[in-house]
Amino acid sequence: MQTVPDSRDRILARIREALQAPAPRRHLQTHGPAAPADGSAKSPEAWLPPVPADREGRVALFAKNSADLKTEFVRCANHAEVRARLDALAAGAGWRRVAAHRFAAGEDAINSLGLPVTWTDSGYTVPDIESADAAITGCDCLVAQTGSVLVTSRSAGGRVLSVLPPHHVILATRDQIVGDISDAYAAVRRNHGGEAPAFLSFITGPSRTGDIERILVLGAHGPKRLTILLSDES
Amino acid sequence: MSAPATSAQFHRDAGRVAHDLRHRELMQKALGGYYLKRDEQKAKYTDWQQARTAAAGIKYEAVNHLDRHLVEFAEKIAARGAKVFWASDGAEATAYICRVAREGGVKTVIKSKTMTGEEIHLAQALEQAGHEVVESDLGEFIVQLREEPPYHLVFPSMHLTRGEISETFERKLGSPHAGTPEELTMIARGVMRRKFCAADMGISGANFAVAETGMISITENEGNARLSTSLPRIHVAIVGIEKVVPRLDDLAILLPMLATAGAGQPITAYNTMLGGPRQPGEIDGPEEMHIVLLDNQRTRILADPEQRDALHCIRCGACLNVCPIFKNVGGHAYGTTYQGPIGSVITPHLRGLQNWKHLSAASTLCGACTETCPVRIDLHHHLLQNRRNAVQGKAAFFEKWLWRGFELVMRRPRLYRLAAPLNRLATKFQPLIQRTPLNPIRAWTNTRDFPKAPAQSFKETWRQRRNAPSAPDADRA
Ligand code: SF4
Repeated sequence: MQTVPDSRDRILARIREALQAPAPRRHLQTHGPAAPADGSAKSPEAWLPPVPADREGRVALFAKNSADLKTEFVRCANHAEVRARLDALAAGAGWRRVAAHRFAAGEDAINSLGLPVTWTDSGYTVPDIESADAAITGCDCLVAQTGSVLVTSRSAGGRVLSVLPPHHVILATRDQIVGDISDAYAAVRRNHGGEAPAFLSFITGPSRTGDIERILVLGAHGPKRLTILLSDES
Repeated sequence: MSAPATSAQFHRDAGRVAHDLRHRELMQKALGGYYLKRDEQKAKYTDWQQARTAAAGIKYEAVNHLDRHLVEFAEKIAARGAKVFWASDGAEATAYICRVAREGGVKTVIKSKTMTGEEIHLAQALEQAGHEVVESDLGEFIVQLREEPPYHLVFPSMHLTRGEISETFERKLGSPHAGTPEELTMIARGVMRRKFCAADMGISGANFAVAETGMISITENEGNARLSTSLPRIHVAIVGIEKVVPRLDDLAILLPMLATAGAGQPITAYNTMLGGPRQPGEIDGPEEMHIVLLDNQRTRILADPEQRDALHCIRCGACLNVCPIFKNVGGHAYGTTYQGPIGSVITPHLRGLQNWKHLSAASTLCGACTETCPVRIDLHHHLLQNRRNAVQGKAAFFEKWLWRGFELVMRRPRLYRLAAPLNRLATKFQPLIQRTPLNPIRAWTNTRDFPKAPAQSFKETWRQRRNAPSAPDADRA
């Protein structure tokens, strides 16, 4: 498609003209307590729900948030336990085929399931993912403050895998726990260098809707179940 | 002087819904749960009020340097392969999107929730151009099947019971009767899965556009936006120009606050940041991504420094949920894309003050909206300003003369003295004409009693007491 002439310059001109007149900072004047007068403005995240500074406290907070969100959060002592838990999940739900991608903390555990696996790494067809009983992926980090998991196109086998199958299982390690969303962005910058992936998503609990009489229903479009297996061994 | 049709429609529909007890019960049930969850969630914040100030500060910074941030956003996202189209109004935006659909050979379009898309009637335009358009957000899907506009910014189908929804599904989808929200949701999920896999184009809105990284951010609970933006070949995001924020880290506070204010959640189930179509080395994602930046009169709000903060709005819907007017008249009575207090504030800018000024009058000025707004928009004062602006140089004939007469009487003590007995007379006769067209102030007294004039004015009492010699002493004792 060729570039179509648009209204860029006209809109920018209107904006610049409109901004000639300054607007009052009313949010600082007329409402509530002002920011600290000594200019010691804390970073805005300081006003959000508090997060423990230590890793163990963060894991505990994440576990508590998960319970509220109906995320199945399972703490495992080591990779062997992760493998056992994954086997138990598969047996419990009667999985016949899973979809996954290859990542360090997961590949062995996935292979040891002994089930047919659709790997997304070198391309896939949508029906193959759609019809899988579960998706197994990694992630970039877990956010204690909100109980969210941050996935990116690089850490979770693309953009689709983590949302299409009815059950999403995330394999993570304890050192992936971070405090808040800001920390999560910092982790992405660390993990992927200068250019962040073009797809990032915070997943917080299974897919949900309240559109019918505001009654919570899980699995509106995405997974009905979200399981996180967290290994203490990195 | 005749009222515009918009105002007549509002009065008619508002009057009807306000007396509908079933509607009241539905609202109370839906919002009762919301209040509980919201308060519980807000209480977890270290300081919700400071968080509001911080969030307002971010949006202030963004909106008051809009040109700079928009250009940065557009350049950054274009650098990763997205096509950016700047649209002055709805017609330009829909023409562009229809063209993308035509040239891309698109048959089916799957839409996730976008109020900006509603604003420019995007679905209708695409349908007219011969494309099938499917709403994928459950609430939007339900109202689409019923051929109704959404009822609420965030809860589009909050006015319907499960029975009505099941009836709609039976009629439109031929599905069996379903008794629970769970069953109904699964019917919709099944229908939609097939559409998702077949759609060639996905349309989304954006809750934020991040200048620093050139990303849009989409907030949702169902996962339909994730599917609409990743499965189809073409993704079109329609983005109001006020959605831009300077830094990625700004989302660290805005995403939780949006969810807390809007639905009493710590954060919504999916918050997705997209920085371009499928990149080299990526295994999936759309081949094409189009960003349509929409002005559509937003620069008019920008040009009004007094109300510029209305562009801070993150469309959380909290002001609707606490508004006594919204709760009583419901979302459809407004006749606007944006309902509730924020709709009453911005619709006059977007679609003309004289036709939409009645919305600013439909307010108790209780200030509940201002108090709840997570980005501290001074909503109820803006309603007051709209009222002022609407009458400036264009006061209603009757009102103008009323105030002239008032001034005349108040300035002349003799006339004023004469007015007191007249007032008593009026009080006596007023009930006779209370609800008839003869009553010049019936708009006011239809639902209120006219205040009773006292039998005696203060002056008369005073004079009487002075004339009775013992009275002042008795007072002093
Ligand atoms: S005006 Fe404020 S409370 Fe209302 S929808 Fe916008 S952000 Fe939410």
